[in-house]
Amino acid sequence: MAKVLVFAEANGDTVKSVTFEILGKLAGHDVDVAVVGDMGGNAVADLAKFGAANVHNLKGDNLDKYSPEGYANALKDFIGSNYDYVFAGATSLAKDLMPRLSGMFDAGMASEVTNFAFDGDNFAGTRPLFAGKVLAKVELQGPKPHFVTVRPNALGLPENPTAGAGASNDVAASAGEIRAAIKEIIKGASEKLDLTEANIIVSGGRAMKSAENFKVLEELAEVLGATVGASRAAVDSGYAPHAMQVGQTGKTVSPSLYIACGISGAIQHLAGMRTSKVIVAINTDPDAPIFTKADYGIVGDLFTIVPILKEEISKILS
Amino acid sequence: MNIFVCIKQVPDTETKVTPNGDGSYIETSSIKWIMNPYDEFAVEQALLTKAANSGSTVTVVRVGGVKDTEALRTALAMGADEAILVESGDNLDSYMTAKALKGAIEKSGKTPDVIFTGKQAIDDDCLQVPQLLAQMLGLPSVSVVVECAEDGGKFTLKREVEGGALEVYEVNSPAVIACNKGLNTPRYASLPGIMKAKRKPLAQHSLADVGVADSDARVKYSNFQLPPEKPAGKKFDAMDEANQASVVAEVVKLLREEAKVI
Amino acid sequence: MINFELSTEQKEIYEMAMKFAKNEMMPKAMEYDEKAQMPMEILQKAWELGLVNTCIPAVYGGAGFSTQDAMIITEALAYGCLGMNTAIMANDLALLPIVIGGSDEQKKRFLTPFTESYKIAAFCLTEPGNGSDAAGIKTTIKEDGDHYIVNGNKMWITNAGYADLFVVYGTNDPSQKHKGITAIVIDGKTEGIELGEKENKMGHRCSDTRAVTFNNVRVPKENILGGVGEGWKIAMKTLNHSRPMVASSAVGGAQCAMDHAVKYAGERIQFGVPLAKHQAIQMMIADMGIEIEAARLLVQKAAWYLDQGKPNPEVSSYSKAKAADMFMDVASDAVQIFGGYGYSKEYPVEKLMRDAKLIQIYEGTSQIQRLVIAKEIFSRS
Repeated sequence: MAKVLVFAEANGDTVKSVTFEILGKLAGHDVDVAVVGDMGGNAVADLAKFGAANVHNLKGDNLDKYSPEGYANALKDFIGSNYDYVFAGATSLAKDLMPRLSGMFDAGMASEVTNFAFDGDNFAGTRPLFAGKVLAKVELQGPKPHFVTVRPNALGLPENPTAGAGASNDVAASAGEIRAAIKEIIKGASEKLDLTEANIIVSGGRAMKSAENFKVLEELAEVLGATVGASRAAVDSGYAPHAMQVGQTGKTVSPSLYIACGISGAIQHLAGMRTSKVIVAINTDPDAPIFTKADYGIVGDLFTIVPILKEEISKILS
Repeated sequence: MNIFVCIKQVPDTETKVTPNGDGSYIETSSIKWIMNPYDEFAVEQALLTKAANSGSTVTVVRVGGVKDTEALRTALAMGADEAILVESGDNLDSYMTAKALKGAIEKSGKTPDVIFTGKQAIDDDCLQVPQLLAQMLGLPSVSVVVECAEDGGKFTLKREVEGGALEVYEVNSPAVIACNKGLNTPRYASLPGIMKAKRKPLAQHSLADVGVADSDARVKYSNFQLPPEKPAGKKFDAMDEANQASVVAEVVKLLREEAKVI
Repeated sequence: MINFELSTEQKEIYEMAMKFAKNEMMPKAMEYDEKAQMPMEILQKAWELGLVNTCIPAVYGGAGFSTQDAMIITEALAYGCLGMNTAIMANDLALLPIVIGGSDEQKKRFLTPFTESYKIAAFCLTEPGNGSDAAGIKTTIKEDGDHYIVNGNKMWITNAGYADLFVVYGTNDPSQKHKGITAIVIDGKTEGIELGEKENKMGHRCSDTRAVTFNNVRVPKENILGGVGEGWKIAMKTLNHSRPMVASSAVGGAQCAMDHAVKYAGERIQFGVPLAKHQAIQMMIADMGIEIEAARLLVQKAAWYLDQGKPNPEVSSYSKAKAADMFMDVASDAVQIFGGYGYSKEYPVEKLMRDAKLIQIYEGTSQIQRLVIAKEIFSRS
């Protein structure tokens, strides 16, 4: 059976949920987890709950914070020839780190798969290309280990996870030479999850008419614990910063719930959010293309509907 | 400074993308090709870096098909000094692409002081090449860069991560810098620039010339298909004030009980 | 040999101009239309990229474009916004008489500054009482020592409010009709130039159109183009160039209207299928394609004659008449395909329809074109 390592990011006791999604999907395999830097005891317990056999905690000088070279050097030594596959969630960090690490092994990597399966020891994944306009089967060949990153929220959390032994193991690791190092981290304006990781997204389009009006969406997002996004039309009109843009030239997202407010549904935008699990659209134009993609469409004015929606949801959630 | 920019030619964002007959790739016959949008930021940053460092040259490198060399010519018209094209098929994997870029850069005879790339190509969306190229060349790299300042070969870079937070990196030349939207405003190729571009040097190599063989393939794609169409959703009319509350209540109920997302 | 393929550079020029049109002009087109304001920043940027004053020859600092190149650029810019394109194209209209009728010294003096910074020029032919009947000009140019004194009223003058330079047509003897007409270049800062209020127009609203009155405006004699009484010939030669150029703007506008209509027809569902699946819509779209291409070919043919050094007024008028009427039809059909939305300012086709109307009026109405054409035809029979 293939030996699999999952690279996880832990922030104290909290592990990114994409790691649990991957562990859930790997149920039945012998799976280890590697975490670089400090991690809390609860993190180990959570990883065990979702199936981790061993949790390796790589520690050493200059590994307390991320650097592409430091993390890659430490993991390279640890992985050696011990694993056939290395998985990671397609987070900001892993998307930066994994290609460098795979390069150290001259190995192939499948980026941002949304599903995968093993046929014996052979991995086969599905991944969207061209911003989700097409899907393709992806397989890896050449030297091992093979690397795979998995798009957050794509697999979903397992309903009944199979627990693993969760043996905790500290590994002394070396960061080696670090030439590109983080000097400082500037907090983002929003403490919210990034769009690409958000489980729920509330997005506004050109019909928002102004930047101030995004407040309506922020209030709804507050109640839902959602992140606010925007269409390209809203960004181009200056209603929202580019960091909030969902679409082909913005972010590609696949939350479990996407609420499109006043977004007509240009092809550009649909490409960025079509893989959302459930789509709600609110638009005054009953023929807006967004309704062809929406699971639940409300033909109405977002400025009247969204506040009612907020009230209704807070009632249910309280 | 020897400044390199790696660019890719990709289908226009508005192009309709469909799988080809045998599902081995997409149908490319009627595609309009453009420079990968993120690479435009890389070209612009290269030109800005050149302007700040007299005597610098900007060499733009592209690996890809030769049906159309639009993207390279655009980069030259924007102000790059010379171009290198490595001929290949349309769907090269990231490993081979990075290896071809490495080979082309080495073959140019110039030692790079900085290499700019886009943060990802919007066709295969892999986000691998910049880091792979850096690893292969033994260079540090910083990806998803939204701010770039350079002083005497030392770069201060801001990398965008989750939640809009920024990691501030300092790195000395040589390095690979992968550019994100927001870094700068790419200039247009001016009309005089377009006229001048035809006289600029364009070197052309095969994959074999730059040391890439079929055995370097790492990723195998197959079974290209359109994403499954969702079944038609439910649509409610709430233009009339009288039924707005009940419609919203119904949708919230469905979200909770049918879709189970809240 | 006939060759319908644009050169590699021409394709790149078109792509670049289209990119500018789509990214810089289109997003702001409606805003400036509503404000009826000249988009100076956009025009300045267009100049910096070499998209303005395409008629200036390379020896005087221009890029050395062929007429064909100029048509390609105009089509793309008009695709972005007809009004902005009018502001850009009016420079060519005013500078062409200098290119055509000016001496080497005059070209250096008047044209080269336009290649050094963004300057604006205005062409003054039409008067309150004379539009299509241009030979009936009342504005007078009277000799006064080493100067001429210009007096008269001009109407519908594009760019007037911003002009650094006016090219004015006047007469030293109205009874001589076209034989008495003279073209003269007047510096915009000269005393005695009085500007009217900006016209509140149906379309091309961002372009600046005004009446201009010349009250005893003293102009140095060396500003006369081609000599006294040569004005009519210069004006007619100018029209050979400017008419296909205006026609090309109509092709660009129509292409834009068609592209909007095609996109909408693919998205809008009626009777359970996209509009594009309904034959009635298919017929309209197909006709748009036919008509636009026919007009474009006429523009290219007129430009080809000019590039061969044998301007053909008849074909120039063909292109102008065909393209203007075609644009009006295509824009109207585009609004029709959009239905109610097409009539609202939510969608861009309403503006295109307003913009289209002017093309049938300025630079010789569609009826005047036919008079020119008929005259040429009968002159051969």
